[in-house]
Order: sequence, then C-alpha cells, then structure tokens
Amino acid sequence: MMGRRVFLRLLLSVAVVSLALASSSAFAQNGGELRFCLHSEPKTFDPVLVDDDASLSIRYLTGGVLVRSNRRTQELEPELAESWKVSNDGKQITFKLRHGITFSDGSPFSSEDVAFTMQRLMDPALHSSTGDAFRSGNGAVSSKIIAPDQVSITFPAPLAGLERLFDQVAIMSAHSPKKEAAVLGPFMVAEHKAGSSLLLRRNPNYWKKDSQGRRLPYLDSIRLDIQSNRDVEMLRFKRGELDLINVIDSDFFDRLAASSPGLAHDAGASLDSEFMWFNQGASAPIPEYKRAWFRSTNFRRAISQAINRDDLSRVVYNGHAQPGVGPVSPANKFWFNSKLKAEPYRPDAALQRLQADGFHLQNGSLFDKGGNAVEFSIVTNAGHKPRERTAVMIQQDLGKLGIKVNVVTLDFPSLIERISQKFNYEAAMLGFRNVDLDPNGQMNIWLSSAENHAWNPQQKSPETAWEAEIDRLMRAQASTTDPKKRKESFDRVQEIAAEQAPFIYLVNQNALSAVSSTVAGANPGILHPQTFWNAERLTLNPTTRASR
Amino acid sequence: MSSARTLACVVVLAVCAMSLGANWLAPAGYAQQFREAPSAPPSHKHLLGTDEIGRDRFARILYGTRISLLLAPAAALVSTVLAALVGGLAGYLGGIWLRLARAFTDLFLSLPWLFLLITVRALLPLNVSPLTSVLITFLILGLLGWAASARVLSTSAEALRNSDFILQARASGLRDPRLFFVHVLPNLKPVLYAQFWISIPVFILSEANLGILGLGVAEPLPSWGSLLRELEGLISFREEPWRLVPLLLLIVVLTSFQLLLSNEEVTA
Repeated sequence: MMGRRVFLRLLLSVAVVSLALASSSAFAQNGGELRFCLHSEPKTFDPVLVDDDASLSIRYLTGGVLVRSNRRTQELEPELAESWKVSNDGKQITFKLRHGITFSDGSPFSSEDVAFTMQRLMDPALHSSTGDAFRSGNGAVSSKIIAPDQVSITFPAPLAGLERLFDQVAIMSAHSPKKEAAVLGPFMVAEHKAGSSLLLRRNPNYWKKDSQGRRLPYLDSIRLDIQSNRDVEMLRFKRGELDLINVIDSDFFDRLAASSPGLAHDAGASLDSEFMWFNQGASAPIPEYKRAWFRSTNFRRAISQAINRDDLSRVVYNGHAQPGVGPVSPANKFWFNSKLKAEPYRPDAALQRLQADGFHLQNGSLFDKGGNAVEFSIVTNAGHKPRERTAVMIQQDLGKLGIKVNVVTLDFPSLIERISQKFNYEAAMLGFRNVDLDPNGQMNIWLSSAENHAWNPQQKSPETAWEAEIDRLMRAQASTTDPKKRKESFDRVQEIAAEQAPFIYLVNQNALSAVSSTVAGANPGILHPQTFWNAERLTLNPTTRASR
Repeated sequence: MSSARTLACVVVLAVCAMSLGANWLAPAGYAQQFREAPSAPPSHKHLLGTDEIGRDRFARILYGTRISLLLAPAAALVSTVLAALVGGLAGYLGGIWLRLARAFTDLFLSLPWLFLLITVRALLPLNVSPLTSVLITFLILGLLGWAASARVLSTSAEALRNSDFILQARASGLRDPRLFFVHVLPNLKPVLYAQFWISIPVFILSEANLGILGLGVAEPLPSWGSLLRELEGLISFREEPWRLVPLLLLIVVLTSFQLLLSNEEVTA
C-alpha cells in the first residue's frame, strides 16, 4: 500500500516536472531580438522596386511569396499558394491560394492582391528589375481572377522556369491604405532610423505555424544595424553584439574558426564566381594589335591556362574557394554541366598556344608577330582585397610567360564607367553574384545584343559564329518548358564558354558565414540570405533574450 | 643641435641607409611570391614574416620606405615651390592680388581633397608601369598640396612687404622682380623650410590614405600606404605584433621629421 502511494507521488512529481519543463521549453522558443548588420541603407521598402542587397534582405524578411525556393534543397515549396499549375505552352500559370490569411494590418489576402502585385510589377513606368525577369516577349501580362482563392497569370510568350520566378515576388495588398507597410511575411518594418538601424517586429498575423501548432516566427524582433565597415561588423560579432554575419571573408573565417570553431560555417562552393575578361569591343579605344590578341581564342585560352587557380583558391581565399569552371557554379545542382572541369595550370601548353598564334619569347619578354611587346592592364575595383590579391598573383603567373600585366585599381563608379560606357580598358576583373539558379537570369550576359555582354556588348548581329550559337541556344532554352531540353541547350552554352573563354573564370568562393552560439535553428546555406533564410524558425537562448 | 634633433637625424639617416641597401639586406625582393608560405610568421628566411600572398614583409618595408622617403620630399618640394610663387608673390604684391590669391587658395582648400585625388587618379591612363604610377601619384599630391602653405606664405610675405627694409629698398629704386627674388624670398626661407618639412609627413600620410583605399602606388611596388593596408581587419595585435612594424616605422620617421625642425622653423 505504502509502496503504491510512493509510486503515485513519484508519478505526480514526474508529471509536474514534465509539465514545467514542457512549458519552459515552449517559452524558450519564443521571444527575443535577433541582431545583425546590413551593409548599406535599403533604397526602398517597395518590394516591386527592390534592386539592392539591403532592400532584398528586408523584402525576404517581410514579404510573403506564393512559392519559395528552399535555400538548402533548392526545391520549390508552396507558401501563400497551396498549389500551382503551368500550362503546356508555358505561357500561363494558375495559383490556388491558401484561405484565412491576412496582411499585417488585418486586411484579408485574396487573388485580387496577386493580380494587383503583378500589375505593379509589370508597370513599365516603374522599371522593376524583378518584373524584368517576367518579360518574355512583346505584349502585356494579364492576370485573371478566377475566384477569391484562384488566379491565373498569362504571359505573351513562354517563360522557362516560370514558377521559380515567383520566389522573388512579395505580394502587396490591393486594398490596404498602408500599401507596402502591409505585409504577409514573418516580420514587418516597425522603425527606421535613416543611416543607423531598422527594427523589424513580428507580424502578429503571420499565417505559418510550426509542427506543434505554435505561431511563427519565434523571435519578437530583428534589429538591423546599417554598417558598411566589415571589420567593425566582425569586431561587434566577436563582442557578442551581433548574432549573425551573412558573408565573411576567409581571413576572418579562419581566425573565428580557430578561436570558436562552432561559430564559423563553411557551406561549400557558393553560386558566386570571380572572373576576368578582355575587351573585344570593335569600337573600344584600344590599339588594333591588342584588339587582335583579345579576339584570339588561342590568346584567351593561353591566359586561362597560365593562371594557377589552385594557388588562387589556397592563397587568396585560404582554401575556402574552388577553382572556377564556368558560368555555373558546381553548387547549382541542376544546371551545372558536370562534364566540365576547371582549366588546369599548364604554362607550357599556354606558351604553345601563343606560339601557334605567332607570339614568341625574346629576352624573357613575349612579343606578337608584329613585334609588339605583350603588355596589358587589368582593372578592378579598389578596396576589394581578394580581387587585388588575385590580380597580383595573375601578374606573377603571366610574368612567367613574359607577359607584363599592370594592375589598376579604380573606385567603383570610375570602373563601371570605363567598362560599361567608355569601354576604355583592356582587361577587367570582377565578380558575379548569382542569386538566380535558373540560366534565364544570365540572358542579359550571354545574348550578344545584351548590355551586359561584357567583352563586346550590344552587337547588332553576332560578330562571331560561336556567339551566334550561344544566342541560339540561350533563346532555345528560354522558349521551352521541357527541363531536359533546356538543360541540353545550357550545357552546350557552358561548353562553348569553356572552349572560347570570353570570360576567364577564376574561382567560386565558398559561402562563409558566422552564427553566434546564442542562436538556435540556423542552418547556413549557399543561397541568399545565407544565415537567415529560415528567420521565422530561429530562436535565441534564454540569457540573450533576457539581456535584450 | 639638441640631443633630440641628433637622435632624429640618426634615425632618419639609418632608415634611409637601410632602405637604400634593400637589395643587399633583402635579396628576395619585394615582388616575389612565396606561395607555399602566405601570412607566415617571422622566421630566419623571412625576418618579419610574409604578407597575404607570401611576399617577404621585411623586403617590402625596405623598398616601400625607399619609395615613400624619396618621393614624399620631392612632392613637398613641388608644393613648396608652388606655394612660394602663389602665396609669396600675392603677399608681396598685396591689394587685389592678395585678395584674389586668398580667395583662390580658400577655394582650393575647401575642395574635398580625397575625392579630387580619386577623380584625378581615375582619369590617368591605365597602361602605365608601377614606377610611373608612383611618380604620378606623388606628382599629383605635390600639385594639389600647395594651398595651405601658400596661405601661410602670403601672410609672411605681406608682413615683409610693409617692413622698413623693403620700403627703403623700394625707395632706393629697386624694381619688383629683383625686390621679390633678392630680398623677399630669402627672408621667407624659415617659413619655406618649415612648410617643406611639414609637407613631407602630410604627403606620406596622403599616399597612405590613398593606399588604404587601394588607389596609391600600383602593385607590386610597395609603399608605406600599401603596407599600412595590411592592418585593415587586424583584430588582435597580440596575435601578429610583427604586422605593426610599418606603422611603428611611420610614427618614428614622422616624429623624427618633426624633431628635425629648428626652433626658428617651428616658430615660423
């Protein structure tokens, strides 16, 4: 009898303790303020007009989208839309929307809001760069409200990878007087001190719940300090004033990994690439004999072969980069052409290629067949240390072939003016920050008529056979919805890019980030926003929550 | 000569001698990349370790010192001559010339120097050798850095213009050019020396500022500016104290330059 009573008491105690633990665990998941930095002032809070990194981050945290590309798996997942269907001709997409969702100001969400957002997105007067991705051909984009929870959007021409483009479209309210302040995302802008900070508060009407039925997000707020100086940002992180750094450089990563291994995250090769190219423009103000070098495939391939990419990865990026292969990073699981390999370092083969073009060595210097010493300048942006170091290492690599390289660092506006307006440069080195997995995002680079066809932009008709072939393949992949055919076309584009080397790809940096031990639930990835892509599920430890 | 000045003189001479003997003291050279040992700590092979791409830091300091110590005085000379011509002449001529010169120097001083330098640097031709780029950088500094000195010199020259001996010389029938070059300029010597010595550290620091922005001397040539850039992002000095050597050298040399000024020049 006695034993039974003791057992019951024990059972009761266990139940009480379990309940207490359960409630404290639930409490442990809610509240607190996450802190990190934006590197510049957001230019806009209007999701349609977003064009800069800071605004992009705000849109990600505050905007509700119909579908979301999972930043880890790269798979598309339903959000505000329960389901969607793309028509066979690739010109129409129909969304079935979730019920019972309201904007942060309480106004209800319906298909009218989707139609309104599309109308604003495609308004030519607004020049939305997000909207540009949807411009498939001449003609208007129309939205048809089928029911309050169903809407179809029709495009004048087929759009490949159409559904993925909606990852960037934050739905705006058609009726709320607050317009862009009424949001469907997990957070909403509560306070903005220009040049200093932004405070995002939890959206009380956010629709998502976790598996246990708790309303997301767990955090009360996010404070975003505007800090352009990366060193200050890193110092503040070390002091515990910041919880995340989205992108850190390899020097700081190694120091952080040495002192606090758990805080430094290397997610592997990112989508970003570093590359250089030669100015092949017909009207560029450079000497004719240099234009002839730069237009020679042998010359470009020789330069590519003479660059030691392994050294660049190891020395400049402390091993946190992979030798660059082509326009698509190996991190892009579907679109990367796995047959391609990075150009190996072969200075002997490079010299043979140059000799095939009539170049010859004389007293340690390389001369072309006209007797001109091979010398050119590489421009890059001042203050970008990895790029400056890369340029100096290339200078030494090419020096071994008798090529004299002058490294010129310019402030960014001057650099952009030279490479995109005056075309007064010989070679340039920059990076490509790719946020789009789909090759359609690179149409403005590969089409010979495009403004960003960096080596020879805005051609009236393709000046070389291989550029004409790339034009054809890029248009072919964009005009079909069959993923297999698209992949075949874009694989060939990557092969031509490797054969012709209009861009000499150097490295793909790894996605390096820092996450404080005060944050739970972070799972840094390679796609923007690397550390806070699952912000709604991030939590802070109780001590940090109490101190904020 | 005071002991402080003697010490300063010894320091400057020693630094100059070491930089001139760079070829012998650091045979590795400033450009060679030891890629197997980037960011290496001090060792027998590399006395002050290596930089981020494996270049010998000791060699780069010696060669960088040579460039900065040779070209900063040259730029100071250019700016002092310009200041003497503009400020000295305006002060001596007085009246409308002085007012015009002061308005012009005030306008020049109000210009955002750094942006002006960045703009001028961006307009230069791209395909120039590193040596030419360093010469151009310091020439620009010299050509743009005369305004503050000109203002000081115009005030001193104005005072001289009204002095008794100038009045007497003018009364004796001496003409303006002879008066200016034979009587006024020699009397401005202490001010000119002071401005010259003061300008040297200013130009060293200006080049360092440009270097920190990545706009100074072109790679692979080192300068104090490019060497100081290594301190960017250095979070703990205790981890790598040898990286502070360029900064210490800059402080020591600039302090020595200040100590080298005579009392008369300091007063001027």
